[in-house]
Amino acid sequence: MAESYTFVLLTLDAALRVATPLVLCAMAGLLSERSGIIDISLEGKLLAGAFVAGTVAAVTGSAWLALLTAMVATALLSLLHGFACITHRGNQVVSGLAINIMVSGLTVVLGIAWFARGGQTPSLQAAARFMPIEFPLAETLRAVPVLGPIYTEVLSGHNLLVYVALAAVPFVYWVVYKTRFGLRLRAVGENPQAVDTAGISVTGLRYRGVLMCGLLCGIAGAYLSIAQNASFVREMSAGQGYIALAAMIFGKWRPLPALGACLMFGLLDAIAIRLQGVEIEGFGEVPVQLIQALPYIMTVVLLAGFIGKAVAPKAIGIPYVKER
Amino acid sequence: MKASHVSVPAWVTIGVVPVVNIAMALFLSGLIILLIGENPIDAVQLIFIGAFGYDEAIGYTLYYTTNFIFTGLAVAIAFHAMLFNIGGEGQAYIGGLGIGLAILAFDHTLPFWLMLPIMLSAGALFGAAWAFIPAWAQAYRGSHIVITTIMFNFIASALMVYLLVNVLVEPGNMSPETREFLPSGHLPFMHEVFAWFGIAITKSPLNISIFWALICCVLLWFYIWRTRWGYALRTVGHSERAAVYAGIRPQRVIVITMCISGALAGFVGINELAGVQHRLLLNFTAGYGFTGIAVSLMGRNHPLGIVLASLLFGILYQGGAELAFEMPKISREMVVTIQGLVILFSGALAYMSEPWVARAYTFVALGLTQQRAGEA
Repeated sequence: MAESYTFVLLTLDAALRVATPLVLCAMAGLLSERSGIIDISLEGKLLAGAFVAGTVAAVTGSAWLALLTAMVATALLSLLHGFACITHRGNQVVSGLAINIMVSGLTVVLGIAWFARGGQTPSLQAAARFMPIEFPLAETLRAVPVLGPIYTEVLSGHNLLVYVALAAVPFVYWVVYKTRFGLRLRAVGENPQAVDTAGISVTGLRYRGVLMCGLLCGIAGAYLSIAQNASFVREMSAGQGYIALAAMIFGKWRPLPALGACLMFGLLDAIAIRLQGVEIEGFGEVPVQLIQALPYIMTVVLLAGFIGKAVAPKAIGIPYVKER
Repeated sequence: MKASHVSVPAWVTIGVVPVVNIAMALFLSGLIILLIGENPIDAVQLIFIGAFGYDEAIGYTLYYTTNFIFTGLAVAIAFHAMLFNIGGEGQAYIGGLGIGLAILAFDHTLPFWLMLPIMLSAGALFGAAWAFIPAWAQAYRGSHIVITTIMFNFIASALMVYLLVNVLVEPGNMSPETREFLPSGHLPFMHEVFAWFGIAITKSPLNISIFWALICCVLLWFYIWRTRWGYALRTVGHSERAAVYAGIRPQRVIVITMCISGALAGFVGINELAGVQHRLLLNFTAGYGFTGIAVSLMGRNHPLGIVLASLLFGILYQGGAELAFEMPKISREMVVTIQGLVILFSGALAYMSEPWVARAYTFVALGLTQQRAGEA
């Protein structure tokens, strides 16, 4: 019994680690899409953030500087997305896709040109990374029945960015639902004409939305290369940006349900890894690929309206034209 | 003198603006190569030598071109109905599955001339089926095709890994691949075709599927601009509401268009599997589905433009391999970067350069008229 309890806790612990970049990217996407700008470039920004953080940490040895530059880099990518979609009213999906493909090529090209390690950045020392933080009394409290192991195994022992991701959810919730800026942001995603009529700049609001999106993606990228792992590896985002996008849609463009979707997708991934090659009686080997594909399948089913209804912000994807 | 006195003719917006956009993308690519510390002009030279320098290289260039024509056409037909099919990659993958299964099932019994139509239909059917579900969900359930086709790319990838690792793998083979197809399931290579006529050219992966790609271009042109279905398709693309008033059912058009799109993407497997690899294996699509988006945007969704854009990307892919060999600091992924920049400039920022080009044209045109007035 105690053994299976530990197994469950370890799986939860792994799920939290997997879910961290998803949570950050999903919150990022939410801020952008709530302002009416579709962002499928979460994947590209995640990868770019990881590459910049890995590079800067390897060169300077400072985790904080790496985090900061990663955020600046992804914010610039977001501004590029904004420049194309807001200023020039380009197609938002095309722009996002362009960023994804460009980053996927450029990170490898620059990585090989600068470090000549097949696209990988040099391994980082502990000082150049965000290392696990042990909560006070973690080992002492382990003995407490039921709750103790949760505290020690699941809550304690993560790196700073995991807690940042968890804090980002209430923060985004507060920004979107409790501030004047958030009210306007939601309004501009639903009915930009009304916002414009009230004398508030649609362009300005949308730029602020995508900018915040970029900053959060930078943290997620830094998490991949200098916290969860000790270097950047080519294509290390591996579709997580798209899973985050799916999670955000699954959460119906709301922060708390999106967090729930991220944790669920993270849990699925952790379970898939643990079930690799495991035989279940009367069923045979578990098809791990099916569990890995579940987030995508569930999102499609949700979007087809079979699990509730996911309604996107009304003005999403439509460039705003002032003169009509 | 006001600029509004001169109206900008169509050839400027159709002909000059796209070229300016591509030029900006290539210029930025050159800057990146400079940043890496190599000479962009030498790089361009190496790319062209690598793509055309010897007949094997030309074969490779055209072999890549074939793939891009298929995926480019797939994206283009969907674009005409204002549908954005990002799922070309997954549809090509599943189309290849259909082709592989068909060949594995019949190559013992049927001759090549019967295999060919079976392969083509299998690829088209499986590719279309993979596009059908997102299309149906968009048309009748109101979900967004962009998101669902992205999801279907990942589902296709998971499905193929499962099938090849657990079901289709040749027993005793270490890598997840099926057995090799028998010769009745192989498309003739171009060097074989030339040999029939007594002309010797170097071996290359180029095979007769390039003819099928060109036939598809013509068929698609005819379908979009010369049939009532094409008319319905373009009407839906311009305005769904107007289409309804004209008695067209947009839902049906969406589903049919996406199925054709998926079928076209599925033909990548004809070139890759029946043409070159002669077995079903993982990741044979290698991003061709995404390149199709760049190709279609660059070719302005017209078959002729798509052939030209495919050729350019064929040159970049083949020449890029040569470049990576000659300049080790520049890796093959430079081509992917260029592809991203092309999508950015000829897709998302397509209208950025238009006012500049118009202003430049006006400036030149006004100058000419004044000069003429002065002479008279």
